[in-house]
Amino acid sequence: MPFYECVFITRQDIPANEVDKLADNFADIISAEGGKVTKRENWGLRQLAYRIQKNRKGHYVLLNIDAPSSAVKEMERQMRINENLLRFMTVKVEALEEGPSAMMAKPRDYKEDDASESFDFDAGFHSEDTLEMENIEPVENIESEENNDK
Amino acid sequence: MISSSRSFSSHRKGCPLSSKNAPAIDYKNIKLLSRFISEHGKIIPSRITSVSAKKQRELATAIKRARYIALLPYVED
Repeated sequence: MPFYECVFITRQDIPANEVDKLADNFADIISAEGGKVTKRENWGLRQLAYRIQKNRKGHYVLLNIDAPSSAVKEMERQMRINENLLRFMTVKVEALEEGPSAMMAKPRDYKEDDASESFDFDAGFHSEDTLEMENIEPVENIESEENNDK
Repeated sequence: MISSSRSFSSHRKGCPLSSKNAPAIDYKNIKLLSRFISEHGKIIPSRITSVSAKKQRELATAIKRARYIALLPYVED
């Protein structure tokens, strides 16, 4: 059956056990329609990047779902009705990841592995407004790069 | 002689996301995504970060999804 990842955000002022009850409720809806929730992650109370319905913080929950589309449609219908839910997003994915998601895994600092070494991100980067005007790198050091490449 | 193609310097470097042990692009992995947005929250063009077109498209969808669920800001003043 197709795989889905669903993330939903609940209001800040509902208690943590309420959030779990909510997640259980959605898991039941999924299993009632013949699907199953393979993994559930509670990212806890997080600061939102911007205010949603006047809320600055929200409880995040991630659900990995292996279910027919009807189950997901029903779950989303319930989510729309529920007032405690600020926002939800269901994404169809190729495969469900077993281990902890990028959010829960230990914070890997990308600086040390090679993927980050290929470009030193902050050095050659001008602030936003000058970006358009003089197009990132002054001409002279392009000259120098061309010479050493000949 | 002024060099014509200004983006010459960036395409010399390989794409940081296409190497075999590069991290997978995922909307939940905001630590990786935040390296490809400017300090105003805008997605940085691939001509600057020298990311391959395919990875840049994946990156863009991941960043837009992360913005929708408020992991990343739409605009940062």
